[in-house]
Amino acid sequence: MSHESPTMNAVKSFILEEFLPGEDPGNLTPKTPLMSAGILDSLATLKLITFLEQEFNVQIEAYEADEEHFDTLETICKLVDSKR
Amino acid sequence: MILHQYLDDAARRWPDKAAVQEAGGSSITFRELGSLSDRLRDRLIELGVRPGDRVGFWIRKSIDGVAAIFGALKAGAAYVPVDPGAPAARNGYIFANCAVAAIVVESRFQETLLAELAQHSAYPKVLVIGGNGGGVHLRAALDEEDRRAKAPPAKTATPQPDDLAYILYTSGSTGRPKGVMLTHRNAVSFVEWCSETFAPTPEDRFSSHAPFHFDLSILDIYSAVKHGGTLCLIGEEAGKNPHELAQLIAEMEITVWYSAPSILSLLAQHGRLESRNHAALRLVLFAGEVFPITHLKSLAKQWPHPRYFNLYGPTETNVCTWYEVPTPIPESRSEPMPIGKICSHLEGVVVDAEGKATGRGAEGELCIRGPGVTQGYWNLPEQSRDSFITVGAAPAYYRTGDIVAEEPGGDLRYLGRRDRMIKKRGFRVELGEIESCLYRHADIHEAAVVALPDEVLGMKVHAHVACKDGKKLSLIALKTFCSRHIPVYMIPDVFTFHAALPKTSTDKVDYQTLKARS
Repeated sequence: MSHESPTMNAVKSFILEEFLPGEDPGNLTPKTPLMSAGILDSLATLKLITFLEQEFNVQIEAYEADEEHFDTLETICKLVDSKR
Repeated sequence: MILHQYLDDAARRWPDKAAVQEAGGSSITFRELGSLSDRLRDRLIELGVRPGDRVGFWIRKSIDGVAAIFGALKAGAAYVPVDPGAPAARNGYIFANCAVAAIVVESRFQETLLAELAQHSAYPKVLVIGGNGGGVHLRAALDEEDRRAKAPPAKTATPQPDDLAYILYTSGSTGRPKGVMLTHRNAVSFVEWCSETFAPTPEDRFSSHAPFHFDLSILDIYSAVKHGGTLCLIGEEAGKNPHELAQLIAEMEITVWYSAPSILSLLAQHGRLESRNHAALRLVLFAGEVFPITHLKSLAKQWPHPRYFNLYGPTETNVCTWYEVPTPIPESRSEPMPIGKICSHLEGVVVDAEGKATGRGAEGELCIRGPGVTQGYWNLPEQSRDSFITVGAAPAYYRTGDIVAEEPGGDLRYLGRRDRMIKKRGFRVELGEIESCLYRHADIHEAAVVALPDEVLGMKVHAHVACKDGKKLSLIALKTFCSRHIPVYMIPDVFTFHAALPKTSTDKVDYQTLKARS
């Protein structure tokens, strides 16, 4: 399992609170599929992007809001960290 | 042929055979059932009931109730049974709506019913019976009336085949129940088809699990009476309890079982079927909703000996397609059974959204015509007209509202309700398909999906599930599971976990209640 960085902890908490109320945090791993499993639908993805932009002061391009970048906590954090 | 002729014939051919048996042990012979219903006929006519009238009854499942059915028919009336467990407001509405001339009611329901009827300014004649069971309560009420003034013996009415035999009220989309009018010809054509398909004999013992206000009861009652079999009545309470039911099936030596799939699912899960002797069972018939395949597989494993039939059809046509389930069912099967082929007494056509017949294999709405099809809804000429469609030459077809597609082998596959197809983000989504997906999950034993308009999403899909042992599942695990079986846009937006899903009086999942709770 990858190292859970501060970025990851923040993103993870946001997703758990916003989209997975009541979920056991242990079930959300860095590699849990999010977009392809319907956990992040298009609306949820938009909310998440707004959060990332504000929280980490980065700019996410529209073309990046796809499965390649948003399917797991790991890929999301990689995207965010690459912009900081 | 008219329905009560079946009883007249049976009373002549098998006078001393048990016509009806109650779970408690009471029974009545064909001769006794004949004479008890004759007495009710005389009393109803004395009360003013005339051919073409309606006679309502509010009686729990009992010999008294069966006699009431035949008494009303013999008076030339159409019978109107109501759900004994429904509120007085609903039952009062039904009786007032179709302007019953007389009502046979158990004393416990009398007061609230009469108050309700008065609100509708309806004052039918009322015959009150003290309770239900064994036919003794109806007999006692008739004796009591006779002591006051004897009902003169009347002749049994001989209605025309197209005269109404019964009206069954189903929930209407407007929130008011609507009365499906069914004639002697409608019922007789279906009963004759049953004879051809299931070859009943006087040795058969038919379950009467469905309530009398549910169209499954037509097969139970009239196939049993026509063939001199015994109708085995299962009361409302026992009918919901898989332990008691499994015991009753053994004790009453039922040979032909007919019910909605939901109770069979419960029997498969909690009936401890292997510990009982169900050797007599030769036919298991089910209708009314899709039988979740996991439970059907489990049932067929525990009861390997009977033949299984998936019967399909709305109240408006009674059964209109049928499919014999090949057993054993392969463990790998994950699709529900097809609904099969059109019954031989009916004709069907599949039409597209424009009302044109579709090509072979294309999906569309199933439409049915023939002697089994209703004339329409009581006092709702517009809704009745809208329920029929002309495709090619007359007569018109009844629109079932169900979407089907023909498989290469000629069997029809049920895809879902026309009104359960929604559009989400431009995709066509069949809520039933989401349910089938959820049913594949090993921990889910009930699933129902409803859709509600949503400002942002267009439609929000809400899944209600009940899990084994009442546990809650991880949303991540559940959504991930769904993503392996259905496209992402079909994965429910919201999940709610229940101990058990709410049911209607006919044991189907109560979607109205779930919608209200979504």
